Amino acid sequence: MVIRRGGSLQGRIASSEITPREAFLNRRSFVAGAAALGVGALAMRQVPGLIHPDAVHAQQKLDTIASKYTVPDAQTPFSKATTYNNYYEFGTDKSDPAKNAHTLRPRPWTVQVAGLVKKPQTIDIDTMMKYRPLESRVYRHRCVEAWSMVIPWDGYPLSEFISAMQPLASAKFVQFLSASDNINMPNKPGGFDWPYSEGLRLDEAMNPLCLLTFGCYGELLPNQNGAPVRVVSPWKYGFKNAKAIVKIVFTDKQPRTLWNEIAPNEYGFYSNVNPTVDHPRWSQAHERRIDSSAFPRTIPTLPFNGYADQVAGMYAGMDLKKNF
Amino acid sequence: MPTRWIPWIKVLVHGACLIPLLKLIEQYRSGELGLMADPVNWITHQTGYWTLFLLLTSLAVTPVRRLHPKLGNLIRFRRMLGLYAFFYATLHLATYVFLFSGYDLPTVAAGVRAGHGGVVVEQWRVVWPTILDDLKKRRFIQVGILAWTLLLVLAVTSPTAVLRWMGGKAWRRVHTLVYAAATAGCIHYWWLVKKGVRAPFPMTLVLAALLLARVAWSARKRWRNRGANG
Repeated sequence: MVIRRGGSLQGRIASSEITPREAFLNRRSFVAGAAALGVGALAMRQVPGLIHPDAVHAQQKLDTIASKYTVPDAQTPFSKATTYNNYYEFGTDKSDPAKNAHTLRPRPWTVQVAGLVKKPQTIDIDTMMKYRPLESRVYRHRCVEAWSMVIPWDGYPLSEFISAMQPLASAKFVQFLSASDNINMPNKPGGFDWPYSEGLRLDEAMNPLCLLTFGCYGELLPNQNGAPVRVVSPWKYGFKNAKAIVKIVFTDKQPRTLWNEIAPNEYGFYSNVNPTVDHPRWSQAHERRIDSSAFPRTIPTLPFNGYADQVAGMYAGMDLKKNF
Repeated sequence: MPTRWIPWIKVLVHGACLIPLLKLIEQYRSGELGLMADPVNWITHQTGYWTLFLLLTSLAVTPVRRLHPKLGNLIRFRRMLGLYAFFYATLHLATYVFLFSGYDLPTVAAGVRAGHGGVVVEQWRVVWPTILDDLKKRRFIQVGILAWTLLLVLAVTSPTAVLRWMGGKAWRRVHTLVYAAATAGCIHYWWLVKKGVRAPFPMTLVLAALLLARVAWSARKRWRNRGANG
């Protein structure tokens, strides 16, 4: 039996887990890599096509282990997954985040854990990332706008983190709040109640598929993909997966979620991928699968994005047309 | 501008109007389109954008030529601008039908090459229910189709022979539909973007300014006529 001391991640670090010197040096080379990335990003802005993004990222490879949750679908190329993003804090066009997100600084970074937990605390991002081994999981990613990607994410189950936080019995939901900095996000549009807020029912957050994500394609998350930490729940539309998380709150009531506030008839709290419930502006029966082909093929959308076996049980007895 | 320049300027205008299409073809040929995450979205947006751009340009001809007698010749370019707007609107509609709806062009191309022409109709049968559903349910599609249909009417009635046959007065009355088409186009744009996106704003502002210019012009004319009669 494992006896967990307190609610702190720090408390669980055994002497065997203390960072060896080589790893520390690797971290320094990562810092050099990050600096190179910054310079590279500038160069790319001026001379498109001069630097291949992969070359700059090469030094940041994460140590990951394989996962049984990987799907066999052909992966979306890194270049497409990192240049086509919905991240309104950095602009409303899908090409904006790749251009503007360089202003975000993913280190140093802390995540505040608050609300109905045994011991509210603030955790350093690297402590959080090193708490469990990172798994590489290739997930289908379905946007509510009827396009989809297949992305290898790197992270560990959110359930492991939540268990360590020891939520109280009264906690029924978990809310994720994203960074919202007026200085570093000059393209943030008005008319939204920032910060970006998303949430899950606690049992959804505890589902083994729900991934606390720090990287993708074996590297630290690029800023436009949600650095330094985001949630990925692959059976839900993409906007449910909060990026750049700064605060996690355990609540007894359903938390506010940004797109639901903006247009409740278009975006429900659950937002499970469902081909039978249309968005007012487009059918959800099909999706354009963005892969390496020049013209994305349109393929049928699967209930729960193909993850029904793992998640459908959580919604037994619920009217999913009403609770869309 | 001297009348003898007009044929040369027409060549230039043809060239300018074809630039957006040539750019798309070049992006396809060079593989740039294939590197884009969502080329279908890009093509849809480009053809839609240039439809509205050219439509507004054709609407700007009349107010601009009223500014100075020497600009009177600009009327010689209005029809071709309008026809190019219809051309891009048709490309936009074709993009929706053959790329956006799920019509599987690669499969059709492979089928036709292998001698199975029936695949063209087969694919159409697959996507038709989706298109019908869109037409029934989605107002941005409805108003978009309306705009295209109006432009079709204008394009069909655009030849000089049709103008003569209809008579100037009736023809002009039919062609005031261009205002409805441009307005429907702008509404289509607003209804399809997500909340918080203000991309349609500049186009809408230009349309409003052009419509206001016309209202102001006719008000001035009426006021002057009254002055002359009284």
